[in-house]
Amino acid sequence: MGVVDFTFYLFSLTTVLAGLFVVVARNPVHSVLWLILAFLSTAGLFVLIGAEFVAMLLIIVYVGAVAVLFLFVVMMLDVDFAELKAEMAKYVPLAGLIGVVILIQLSMAFGSWQFSEGFDGRLGNPTPALSEMHNTEALGAILYDRYFLLFQLAGLILLVAMIGAIVLTLRHRTDIKRQNVLAQMYRDPAKAMELKDVKPGQGL
Amino acid sequence: MLASDLSILLPEIILAVFAMLGLITAVYTSKDGLAPVLVWLTVAVFVGVAAMIGLSGGPTQSAFGGMFIDDGFSRFAKVVILLSAAAILLVGQEFMVRDDLMRFEYPMLITLAAVGMMVMVSAGDLMTLYMGLELQSLSLYVVAALRRDSARSTEAGLKYFVLGALSSGLLLYGASLTYGFAGTTLFSGIFEAAEGGASLGLVFGLVFMIAGLAFKVSAAPFHMWTPDVYEGSPTPVTAFFATAPKVAAMGLFARLAHDAFGGVVGDWQQIVALLAVFSMFLGAIAAIGQTDIKRLMAYSSITHMGFALMGLAAGDEQGVSAMLIYMAIYVTMNIGTFAFILSMTRDGRHVTNISALNGLSSREPVKALALLVLMFSLAGVPPLVGFFGKYAVLVAAVNAGLNWLAILGVIASVIGAFYYIRIVYFMYFGEEREPLDPSGNRLAMVGLMTAAAIMLLGVFNLFGIDDLAMAAAATLVN
Repeated sequence: MGVVDFTFYLFSLTTVLAGLFVVVARNPVHSVLWLILAFLSTAGLFVLIGAEFVAMLLIIVYVGAVAVLFLFVVMMLDVDFAELKAEMAKYVPLAGLIGVVILIQLSMAFGSWQFSEGFDGRLGNPTPALSEMHNTEALGAILYDRYFLLFQLAGLILLVAMIGAIVLTLRHRTDIKRQNVLAQMYRDPAKAMELKDVKPGQGL
Repeated sequence: MLASDLSILLPEIILAVFAMLGLITAVYTSKDGLAPVLVWLTVAVFVGVAAMIGLSGGPTQSAFGGMFIDDGFSRFAKVVILLSAAAILLVGQEFMVRDDLMRFEYPMLITLAAVGMMVMVSAGDLMTLYMGLELQSLSLYVVAALRRDSARSTEAGLKYFVLGALSSGLLLYGASLTYGFAGTTLFSGIFEAAEGGASLGLVFGLVFMIAGLAFKVSAAPFHMWTPDVYEGSPTPVTAFFATAPKVAAMGLFARLAHDAFGGVVGDWQQIVALLAVFSMFLGAIAAIGQTDIKRLMAYSSITHMGFALMGLAAGDEQGVSAMLIYMAIYVTMNIGTFAFILSMTRDGRHVTNISALNGLSSREPVKALALLVLMFSLAGVPPLVGFFGKYAVLVAAVNAGLNWLAILGVIASVIGAFYYIRIVYFMYFGEEREPLDPSGNRLAMVGLMTAAAIMLLGVFNLFGIDDLAMAAAATLVN
């Protein structure tokens, strides 16, 4: 067994085990930490197949941003997970039954797995071979050329998400004092203060 | 290549750019003070773009390697979507101002939703389909919760969001199965893969996708969210939900069924027929016990979706054209009815109780008469226009050999007529207790009267919409 094989099995095993612990861990913070481990080992798998861009993306975006955000949310929200689970337990028998039925149906579908005729022809090869173009460049070429429309639509969807978050949460309060930077900067010290000579015993 | 592709997408680009410019302008100027102006501008842009699409004509074009299709079918659907969205913005305007809901984001979100709907009916690829659907849905989730101080409205938004996400999950699962078995996400490729009988995996993908789409058109048994969301959302938003998004979702349904799975009509015909039967009966029976007119309209829309699906179930050109005619008529009737609901106030507050309609005819005979015409039309009483919509789908079903479906449709239609006629009964023979305010909502009155007039005048030739629908259907089914 070569080094490559060994690392593949190592990363795969870690991914599967970490995924399992995400689900079974009692403490939600531990779940998130296991999730980060799962992401990291998946990134290792991507490096092994030569997709280093996706691997870096996984670490930067998922581990660096998404998982840390999860962690913050889990730690800051005071959610009683035990209570949620108790609520869920009521539905477990029914959910289990539906799950089993769907599982049987899907195993029937996958058991007779056959690609439609001409599968290979339609599948095509979206990216050139690694020797011609490294995969960051290949991804860029696809994303900004062939899938330009989808990329822009995704941008619009994110815009809507942003507008939605603002519409539903931003409140302009009128009963508080705000800092007016311009007013502060244009303030003239000479006019801001008035000196009065108060005679003793007379007052203003 | 890019320039010619983008020129096909020009209407969508105009709307998207307009939405972004509108947002920036409003943010840097008087914010919500600009909202009424933006509504009128949006209406003007919608009508302008609709005219541009409607008059463009020309052969079927596709952009981005077939991911976006511009044909007669999509143009017909887009014109209906844009005009109905414009009408809803107009009739809802005074309501939004009165209830202090006129935020400048509202018309802009509607515009972005319209962009999503236009992409949906033009989708030629599973990914475009999903992108359009999400753009539309996400905008709708936000406007459903627009009245954020009301628990009802936020509940409606949240419910819609959670169930919408679930249906998107089903749809995506189906799409991934389809991709896995067909090897492509392009509709033309899937069509090729399904030629001469779809494999079991493809059928699974198809079933999951139909379930996801049935959620979006609120066809029974995937209708559970509809009454709550309709009741909780602000009424102008409810009116919007009942019109343009339904056309878009039905258009997408037809596009997927015929462009991608047109070679295996038998595989989806029975599913769609079953959805149609469930929707027609559930909507007709569950609406009987309703006391809130918005909930009643929710069940009414479920029934109507059942009839539209009956057209689709026919699985041929005539069926698609019947569905398009049905949707165009349905949208017009709903705009009129919601224009009336928007004007229902008592002591300045919006009421939605059906019992509030008691004795309306003695005080406002013209309004009552207009609503009577709309209700009879919704029920499908001849000779009003609503009857011709039902007639078209029934004929399509019979010609496709689905006699049993047509007979069930007639029975459901008779059951459904009960609750429409009950509203008429309340208006004309009900005992008046607490009268409604005389309406000052002028735009809504114009909407109500126009819709009622269309129901009466359209009986001569349906304004030629049947020929247009026939031509549109011919470009989809070939």
